[in-house]
Amino acid sequence: MPLQVVTGNHAAGYALSVAGEANRTARGVACGIYPITPQTEIVEYVARFPFSKGRVVPVESEHSAMAVSMGASMSGARSFTASSSNGLAYMAENIMVAGYYRLPIVMVAVNRTLGPPWNIWADQGDTLMLRDFAWLQFYCETNQEVLDTTLLAFKLAEDPRILLPALTCMDAFIVSHTQTETELPEQADVDRYLPNLDLPHRLHYDEARTLGGLAWPHEGLSMRLELEEAMKRVPEVYQECRESFNDVFGRDPGDMIQTFATDDAELILITSGTIATTVREVVRQRRNAGEKVGLVKLKMFRPFPGAALRDACKSAARVAVLDRNYAAGAGGIFCQDTRSAFQGHRNDVLIQNYLTGLCGGDVTPEVIDDILSDLRSRSAAGDPMWMGIDSGEETLQ
Amino acid sequence: MTATAAIHTSETCLLRPGNTNCGGCGMSVGLTMLGRALRAADETCTLVIPACCGIVTAGAFPTTSYGVPTIATTFASSPAVASGVATIRDLNDEPGQVICWAGDGGTYDIGLATLSAAAERDENIIYICYDNEIYGNTGGQRSSATPAGARTTTTPLGKIEGKKDIMSIMAAHRIPYAATLSIAHPDDFAHKLSTALSTKGMRFLLLHSPCPTGWKSEPEDSIALVRLAVASGLFPVYEVFNGATYRISVKPDGTDPAEYFHRQRRFDDDEIDVDAARRACSDRIQRLQALAEQFPALQSH
Ligand SMILES: Cc1ncc(C[n+]2csc(CCOP(=O)(O)OP(=O)(O)O)c2C)c(N)n1
Ligand code: SF4
Ligand SMILES: [Mg+2]
Repeated sequence: MPLQVVTGNHAAGYALSVAGEANRTARGVACGIYPITPQTEIVEYVARFPFSKGRVVPVESEHSAMAVSMGASMSGARSFTASSSNGLAYMAENIMVAGYYRLPIVMVAVNRTLGPPWNIWADQGDTLMLRDFAWLQFYCETNQEVLDTTLLAFKLAEDPRILLPALTCMDAFIVSHTQTETELPEQADVDRYLPNLDLPHRLHYDEARTLGGLAWPHEGLSMRLELEEAMKRVPEVYQECRESFNDVFGRDPGDMIQTFATDDAELILITSGTIATTVREVVRQRRNAGEKVGLVKLKMFRPFPGAALRDACKSAARVAVLDRNYAAGAGGIFCQDTRSAFQGHRNDVLIQNYLTGLCGGDVTPEVIDDILSDLRSRSAAGDPMWMGIDSGEETLQ
Repeated sequence: MTATAAIHTSETCLLRPGNTNCGGCGMSVGLTMLGRALRAADETCTLVIPACCGIVTAGAFPTTSYGVPTIATTFASSPAVASGVATIRDLNDEPGQVICWAGDGGTYDIGLATLSAAAERDENIIYICYDNEIYGNTGGQRSSATPAGARTTTTPLGKIEGKKDIMSIMAAHRIPYAATLSIAHPDDFAHKLSTALSTKGMRFLLLHSPCPTGWKSEPEDSIALVRLAVASGLFPVYEVFNGATYRISVKPDGTDPAEYFHRQRRFDDDEIDVDAARRACSDRIQRLQALAEQFPALQSH
């Protein structure tokens, strides 16, 4: 398999394109695209990809980009798009609809701060605002993970037991614009991994079926229950998709949650995306110094892998959740879900929230050191701690 | 029997009986005429319908009043969803038209950018706006298609601004075909549908759609009202080819628009400025006639 030095955006564009191309002997591929920094290179990549049976439609807005992708998907084609930040906010109405329509569209999102103030750097607030829609969500750490997870997302989303759209997320610039060595799989292998899409509820031109009209409460409720059942099946189907990925590409795309040195850890840091890279390094050093600390990287956020998370943290009495996102008036979003996953199962764990790297700030090893000291010194959890803030006291005096 | 023919058996039709439309609704007649035109051309279609009365027409899951495949979209999205559907149809060499059926709110207001973009890309779809000049679905608020003087729930004293000229906007996109339709002129309606069905690319049709509920008119007056609108020049029926050449389908005959206003309680007899409406009608007709004379549509379509 060719190893190339590419950006995260290039890896994502490549994955979307070869996945689309893999459906060429079925109903083909079509999507709507719209640019926004720092995602632009992804849509530029797919726009110049020579699809054998496909069309990329450069539309006038993100709202329409998702609409075109939905029209294609409802017609049984493979479909995808990509966006970021304000683009996702603008697209939100149709993102919601794609989920409840159970359309297996894959979207790559580059996590970028929602403004104002205007800011193009990494912050997960944009995709997390979509957390309650019927989408699977994955947060990636490296270019390779972006590529692998995007391909896996198609297989998972299109599985007849799931049929839900999926978001693959990466941190702005830190992943999207950083070049690293990445294995770009051959088309033939992608063809083997992603069979032709056969969407059971697609439209047929000669079948009088109405998609998406009115439904009474009991019908709506049963559709929500089906959704809940599909979400519950995700962990199992994910493992199947992961194994077959390994079979075809000879590489592990990674588990839904990824642990490092957690087996006997007393303190565990839970985080996602590129912050995990820094935390892993700090944990490695602390372990060398004999400290019982560990890392849990949450790759999958929807459905929330609560059972796996509790299991990974079973030795820990104290847990820190590092959030590069802030739900105004409530704190970090990964922490809220972590707390609800523990509630009623293990009430003896101290779970403290640390807000760090918001609006694209650097999360340095020193910040992680501060978090570990704070976590160790606590007798109880408190309000979310804002980390990496220079109090400015000296200059104010 | 071909798959296309299967849609047109006597048991099936585009708009099935038992739908939820109000009595006298222009949509009911318009959809029936559309179904007939499709049948005459041995064509089938997929309907793409945004939020509007037209999607309520379908009724509740799992039944539907539409005898053809139908997609409900978000309010602003029907031309974009239709672009995706038509793309996959064409990539798979499948038959059937992809037809957006949208209200004036979805067309003149919230969906205008989406529609403009689909027109600019010359998507291979038919877009029909049934224009009842009001947000019917949400209980009768103004839209930019509401004419001056009309009372709506958000213009309780009568709308001050005039109706947006959506046909000029669409013609300015130089799309292959744009035409206005009236259910009072069924032959003209059928002729234009057959032109639209045999044209490729973006086709835009504007249907003046009476709405007794919103217009505060009698259901049995619906056809008479839209006939008055054509005859007086309030809603002329005409065609524009490639945004370049024009043909007036039914010549306005100088009918006074006063009666049109008088027969709808959305217009207040004491408040409505009929003189201004008369002037607007004659300006509209003059301008159209000038265009049709200077840039006549010579080809027979
Ligand atoms: C984004 C969004 N905003 C508002 C609405 C509420 N809404 C539904 S239909 C409608 C008005 C539709 O008016 P029109 O397009 O003229 O169709 P009509 O109801 O008159 O048939 C509105 C405001 C909505 N569905 N979606
Ligand atoms: S409110 Fe008007 S447009 Fe809607 S169904 Fe009734 S008559 Fe038709
Ligand atoms: Mg309306």
